[in-house]
Amino acid sequence: MQQTLQRSLDSKTRQRWNGRLGGLACALCALLPVAGWAGPNGIKIGVLTDMSGQYAAISGPGSVVAAQMAIDDFGGKVLGKPITLVSADHQNKADIGVAKAREWIDTQNVDMIADLVNSGVAIAVQKLGAEKHRITIVNGAGSTALTNKECSPFGVHYAYDTYAIAKGTATALAKQGLDSWFFLQADYAFGQALQSDAARIVTGLGGKVTGTVKHPFNTTDFASYLLQAQSSGAKVVGLANAGADFTNAVKQAREFGLKQTIAGLLVFDTDIKALGLATAQGMKFTTAYTWELNAETEAFGKRFLAKHNAMPTMSQAGVYSSTMMYLNAVKAANSDDAEAVMKKMRELTVNDFFAKNGKLRPDGRFVHDMYLVEVKSPAESRSNWDQLKLVATIPGDQAFMPLAESTCPLIHK
Amino acid sequence: MSAARAPGLLGSPALLSWIGVLALGVLLPFLVYPVLAMEMLCFALFASAFNLLLGYGGLLSFGHAAFFGIGAYVCGHAAKVWQLDPLLALACGTAAGVMLGVAFGAVAIRRQGIYFAMVTLALAQIVYFVLLQAPFTGGEDGLQGIPRGALLGVLDLQSESVLLGQRAAWGLYGLVLAVTVSGHFLIARVLASPTGLALRSVQEHEPRARSLGLPASGLKFGMLVLSAGLAALAGALKALVLGLAALTDATWQMSGEVVLMTLIGGVGTLAGPAVGAGLLRYLHHTLAGLGSWVTVVLGGIFVFCVLVFRRGMIGEWLAWWQRSRAAVGSSGR
Repeated sequence: MQQTLQRSLDSKTRQRWNGRLGGLACALCALLPVAGWAGPNGIKIGVLTDMSGQYAAISGPGSVVAAQMAIDDFGGKVLGKPITLVSADHQNKADIGVAKAREWIDTQNVDMIADLVNSGVAIAVQKLGAEKHRITIVNGAGSTALTNKECSPFGVHYAYDTYAIAKGTATALAKQGLDSWFFLQADYAFGQALQSDAARIVTGLGGKVTGTVKHPFNTTDFASYLLQAQSSGAKVVGLANAGADFTNAVKQAREFGLKQTIAGLLVFDTDIKALGLATAQGMKFTTAYTWELNAETEAFGKRFLAKHNAMPTMSQAGVYSSTMMYLNAVKAANSDDAEAVMKKMRELTVNDFFAKNGKLRPDGRFVHDMYLVEVKSPAESRSNWDQLKLVATIPGDQAFMPLAESTCPLIHK
Repeated sequence: MSAARAPGLLGSPALLSWIGVLALGVLLPFLVYPVLAMEMLCFALFASAFNLLLGYGGLLSFGHAAFFGIGAYVCGHAAKVWQLDPLLALACGTAAGVMLGVAFGAVAIRRQGIYFAMVTLALAQIVYFVLLQAPFTGGEDGLQGIPRGALLGVLDLQSESVLLGQRAAWGLYGLVLAVTVSGHFLIARVLASPTGLALRSVQEHEPRARSLGLPASGLKFGMLVLSAGLAALAGALKALVLGLAALTDATWQMSGEVVLMTLIGGVGTLAGPAVGAGLLRYLHHTLAGLGSWVTVVLGGIFVFCVLVFRRGMIGEWLAWWQRSRAAVGSSGR
């Protein structure tokens, strides 16, 4: 893996130098046009992700490993030509991400851009893909805008979105009779979307929302918010936040001895790892993948663990599955033309460890089953990575936002 | 007065260096990836605008990202929602920066040193918060899909063509280069003018300048507004180039980055900040493949520069050049 990365880095550097020298020579003599050095050289996949920041654990280097595994499992070649992988760190900055993606497309002829954690970067790169006719497959980011007002004919949103995750958890808890909710909401667009989706589902099922309190991004002291939640009398405290905000809120809720049920609306396995089973036990949330589900998911998880030293998250598993889907579509279309491949991707049905009867919708949403899981107690856990147990499977057609509700301009022509 | 202006803006060495700058600007997209080249130019203008205040006014603003960010967002909104001509959109962004500069100046201009830095930082955080929460900015996702449009309805900035073997949106590149060079020319013009000299005297010894009857606060205020306008223009250009305005443009880290760009290139020199900005953006871009090592490498470079090139790269070079000229002059006598 390391070697492959190194190789791809070397070749990138070489290409860049070739490009620069070529350009320089050309500019100086200003006589002959230099022939293009980025020809159709097989399939090139670019993993654009956060390698060092806050999302590095849920996507990052693990997504590069997953993409490489998919390429290796596919045989390393498609249509008789090699498949190459490049990767870059967008540092969670949309401008750096877009500039890198542009360069990949313009000078290295990258055919597909994968992972794309961080919604801001994902939306920007998906827009670029639409403009440049290149396929983008989002696994890391969760914003539903990707398949609604920002949707693209070349964009795929694969693993999960905030709607599906909020809906799965809210529905399951509301059905248990936990029908009054109080929300702690991160005060930015993402938190707002998460809260409004969850609140709509709760009220739709006959429950009620007793109140919402907003907290700034990256809050460390949740005391006053938790006290408001406690005195609200609601049965459930819904956490419409993510990452460090989420883990901080849960830890402090435990310290306060909050009696209400705590529902996380966007939880990753890595968050559970950070909290520890003793703190997180009994919490229910929705996910697209966890290795404990069945023998197939376990087999993939263990293979990944051997290469990356951590079990795959749902976005990393999604990168593997979606890369496979893309390569199969290239093979079926017998072409690397984005339009032809996209058409095939919409026709194909995915059946692998990640998705059963997975289908791609015209708005770019990849529909597959989601899983409601519960965090095990320390006594139930048999190994270091044994954290979750399946509570219920949510069929794909109920998990995601119905196509009729989508505001994607592509489907309402 | 004429003696003071002797180095001249268009004297023969100066004219030569301007031609050199233009030539470099034309060569740049053949040396690096063209979109990166445009980004480097935008940041060069940003850093030079910042340097106008720090290098010649002695005011360390720690809130310049606010101007840069507001320029990007307002220009993006004007181009995308109001569907204005790119030039008008740039003007809107710049105007927003100027107005913000007036507001900042009204509050902060009488403060000095760390107090000025802190007041500007605080004001910039307010702007950041507004950009995060305002309905038109798209929150943390930023403003996406800003069209490049057609300049004056004629010159298409979006379409790419091959020129001497290099494929790029040449129309857009021409615009970015023209705006950046004009911006630098304006800065040089202002600094070479009596106003610029008065500003320098204020920087060197404010009480003395005041005793000579110079309106110190007014001069600094004017420079702050000019600097804010140019920074906003740089942000607006960047929004057109990349087609997005992101929240990172307005974060305090961006304010810090422009300080580093200026320090690495050479504070108080005309070309230094531009060189520092270009270098830093280039490194950000090319090191993206290294993953988590980017921050380590950049950190190492900063430490190295601070320890070895204390005057910045261009500053050191200028100092060396002056020393060697002095040496030649004395030996010839």
